[in-house]
Amino acid sequence: MGWKRKDLLSLQDLEAAEIRDVLDTAGSMKEIATREIKKVPTLRGKTVVNLFFEASTRTRTSFEIAGKWLSADVVNFSASGSSAEKGESLLDTAKNIEAMSPDVVVVRHKASGAPALLARHLRCAVVNAGDGAHEHPTQGLLDLLTIREKKGHLEGLSVAIVGDITHSRVARSDIHGMKKMGITVTVAGPPTLIPPACQELGVKVSHRLEEAIAHADVIVMLRLQHERMESGLIPSLREYSRVWGLSLDKLKHCRPDVLIMHPGPVNRGVELSPEVADSRYSVILDQVTNGVAVRMAVLYLLAGSQPA
Amino acid sequence: MSLLIRQGRVVDPASRIDGVQDVLVVDGRIGTVGPGLRAPQGTQVIDAAGKVVCPGFIDIHVHLREPGFEYKETVASGTRAAAAGGFTAVACMANTVPVNDNRAVTDYILAKARVEGVVRVYAIGAVTRGLRGEQLAEMAEQAEAGCVAFSDDGRCVMNAALYRRAMEYALPFGTPLISHAEDCHLAHGGVMHEGFVSTDLGLTGQPAAAEDVMVARDIVLAELTGAHVHIAHLSTAGAVRLVRDGKARGVRVTAEVTPHHLLLTDEAVRDYDPNTKMQPPLRSNRDVEAVLEGLLDGTIDCVATDHAPHALSEKEGEFAEAASGVVGLETAVPLLLDRLVRPGRLDLSTFVARMSSGPARVLGLPGGSLAPGAAADITILDLERPFTVDPAAFHSRSRNTPFRGVTGTGAPIMTIVGGTVVTP
Repeated sequence: MGWKRKDLLSLQDLEAAEIRDVLDTAGSMKEIATREIKKVPTLRGKTVVNLFFEASTRTRTSFEIAGKWLSADVVNFSASGSSAEKGESLLDTAKNIEAMSPDVVVVRHKASGAPALLARHLRCAVVNAGDGAHEHPTQGLLDLLTIREKKGHLEGLSVAIVGDITHSRVARSDIHGMKKMGITVTVAGPPTLIPPACQELGVKVSHRLEEAIAHADVIVMLRLQHERMESGLIPSLREYSRVWGLSLDKLKHCRPDVLIMHPGPVNRGVELSPEVADSRYSVILDQVTNGVAVRMAVLYLLAGSQPA
Repeated sequence: MSLLIRQGRVVDPASRIDGVQDVLVVDGRIGTVGPGLRAPQGTQVIDAAGKVVCPGFIDIHVHLREPGFEYKETVASGTRAAAAGGFTAVACMANTVPVNDNRAVTDYILAKARVEGVVRVYAIGAVTRGLRGEQLAEMAEQAEAGCVAFSDDGRCVMNAALYRRAMEYALPFGTPLISHAEDCHLAHGGVMHEGFVSTDLGLTGQPAAAEDVMVARDIVLAELTGAHVHIAHLSTAGAVRLVRDGKARGVRVTAEVTPHHLLLTDEAVRDYDPNTKMQPPLRSNRDVEAVLEGLLDGTIDCVATDHAPHALSEKEGEFAEAASGVVGLETAVPLLLDRLVRPGRLDLSTFVARMSSGPARVLGLPGGSLAPGAAADITILDLERPFTVDPAAFHSRSRNTPFRGVTGTGAPIMTIVGGTVVTP
């Protein structure tokens, strides 16, 4: 099918067929990484601006490599802190970037909805690289690609997402993407980290780790931010890791072919024990590899299918 | 100088009048209301056939932003907006800079209003100095200077002991305390109503309970002190229940609701438009139904707009960082006529009462009826007049409305203050 969207803002917006389209495109992009010369001319003459208002190394690098392998000119614009702190509004920053005629702007921002705001005001394509606790659609797509590669299919699988659901944009993109692809999703975490009315997202909610992971084909462990302790949502990292961390011991009751995923960066010893992170169940580095492929696919679909 | 408003449908719930009558105004006061009145020589005659003639509408919760934020609104522009929106009087909140926590600021605002005000302006003084919630403001002097109520609106006085003392201290002035009921710990960090929509959008929510617990506290304190507490911008089903129960037990509690809490739910936040951000936030459908029910049965005494002007630059960026509040003076009457009165969800007489006699009674203000001898503050409505909400045409200095582009039928067409037509 032909790609019709100007922007990629969320997986909630996408149809299943569009998700499949990105995954298929990403599948063919993966071959480029195996070549001696990792470069195709597809986006030659196109400009991709990485507009990161929040610190991020891996996502920005992943987009940068994706753009470069497709021969796009990739420019990194990092504005640490909020636009307000810099004294320039988000819209002003964006309009300045736009005046330099980019084809794609990749946005990471701590405010939920910031990419949607930019998409309304910019003529170029906008890719959401993570906005607040809203969505991180390319992460959701690379998770789906990783699962599809390892399991051969998506429909009918069962996934458990564990940890701080409330503050996680990865959880929301995973939930929307997985539901659309026919996956059953269970979210689990202490009730203080499960957002209100969460089951209305179409997921099961569990407050017991063992119950949530018992029949899962895939377990997505989320990163726990240390500030959750300071804001009184959990008593201590020690207790969190005992109750909600994944250890080899707890994995004993899981399916033997279970996959462990994590969006990174991992807090070793908190949500994942080091043994689990390095175990045969872990596909965390495959996720990173697939991240480049998915971002190549997204840049290609948004910028490459339009006339130069 | 006299004025004869002829052949209009006079709706004056306070005087139990609803019928086609003439209204004769003499020397700025209501002379006679009755059929087929004769116009004395030199009388200005207004043909109101097919229109609705009401006691002047009163908005007891506006932010005129002067002094301190003249780029958002001034006494002049805010009262012009009020006149355009069908209001003959407004009461302005104390969160200016400097804060209206002393007589000098009250005097300044009321002097401005006398010179530049288009409609009547009543001042509301701060409960605590600098709205800091630590020490009582000089309420006695402020009451002397003309403050009709006291409120730290925009912030909640979290210290219950201090609020209790404020209630007691204000007893001799006969002025209510107006509560911005929001437990700041429960609401901490929340930029919208907590519920499925906040979960879906990844925005931090604040639970309805943040409002409910404070309404409960304030009713308990009103009972303890015998003071009159008025709940500003009531927005939850729980708060409606608490106020209804308080009233039934004889506690001196009154409440207001804004047009946006009557007409919009948190679903309106979905495209992250900062014009849907306000305090308290837009609530769930259940809450919207409950506040309408409360308005109908009298649990909620009046509509107040919480007119909160902000400049475009404060309302066009990231939702979480945008200023809270929306303008309401120029949209309240048309929207309520179209969305509630026209479909029969709110009868015209109750609507008029909640816009005129209701607010007058809450703050003990003159007005709210067309009884002979009363000041001739009159609002004339045309229930058949089509409207489109066009922020560019606002008389307010600010344009921050969630109703941009909304169309409907029914609008105020003339505003009369003290016998003088002030419609801009």
